[in-house]
Amino acid sequence: MKNLRTWAFCLIGLGVAVALAVFASPFASQDPDGLEKVAEDQGFQESGEVEPAWDRAPAPDYQFPRVTDRRRSTALAGLAGTLLVFGAGVGLAWVLRRRKSPASP
Amino acid sequence: MAMRIRMVRGAGRARMHIPDGFLSRDVCLATGAASLAVCALASWRARATLGERQVPLLGMTGAFVFAAQMLNFPVAGGTSGHFLGAALCAALLGPLSACLVLALVLGIQCLLFADGGLTALGANVFNMGVVAGVGGWGILRVLTAVLPARRGVFLGAAFVAAWSSVVAGSAACAVEIALSGTIELRLVLPAMLGVHALIGVGEALITVAVLGTVLGVRPDLVGAWRGPAAAEAA
Repeated sequence: MKNLRTWAFCLIGLGVAVALAVFASPFASQDPDGLEKVAEDQGFQESGEVEPAWDRAPAPDYQFPRVTDRRRSTALAGLAGTLLVFGAGVGLAWVLRRRKSPASP
Repeated sequence: MAMRIRMVRGAGRARMHIPDGFLSRDVCLATGAASLAVCALASWRARATLGERQVPLLGMTGAFVFAAQMLNFPVAGGTSGHFLGAALCAALLGPLSACLVLALVLGIQCLLFADGGLTALGANVFNMGVVAGVGGWGILRVLTAVLPARRGVFLGAAFVAAWSSVVAGSAACAVEIALSGTIELRLVLPAMLGVHALIGVGEALITVAVLGTVLGVRPDLVGAWRGPAAAEAA
């Protein structure tokens, strides 16, 4: 494949992303993030406590319900999500990419 | 308060993009339409601009953004922030492809991990893809046009663009929440800007670290870089 070097580079990058998702994300800060903190401080957090429009997420809050250990569950969600985004991103770019020779009769 | 919410959500990490309920129907529809239009434009433009090399690059960038968004770092006063990645995507892939990457990441976060509400997905893509991505790219583009094409200068410009992208995205979020009648703008805007001015420093540091690494190994993959592709010859 012509772009072997680019693929190799990007697979190394993917490896870094997977490592971060699996080994670092279970130890990330549990404090509320910027928007959530503002919502708590200003008392509009309750506005967000409605029935979610989509309730079929297999791993809500990056936790697989069947994996009870919080850190292990987060690591698993990180692994699954990172690989899925990579696959979907490559697939999307593959479909949308520039074609060398435009279709001609 | 924080404890209660944590308990409502179970043992999981309590972090979020805009959830359902913060935004009015009109704001959801308007931002959703805008995001859809930009993503459609991006998909159409990709047929002219997205090369073979960008296929794995787009996947890798998305994967990195997803992973890095899980890494909340403490900022101040019991608050955390996380990497957003819009300016990084824009510097690597250009503003429109950056919107596609953010839309992909946010869509998967929403549908699989219940991070960000489905009704607010358009607003989340608008804030982090269109405002932060296109805005961050615009700032980077202006700065690189007027400054010398040197590595250190480029990374300095990327620092400014990344910080600005987070602050601009948070401002857009505050305006949408206020337009929805959830809370007054004079309350939510300063609060959002204040905390995201801090988060933006983390964003800028990560963006510069990653761009510096890619520039050192494969400068040809940094779309916004106009300097010499020195490492290619080596």
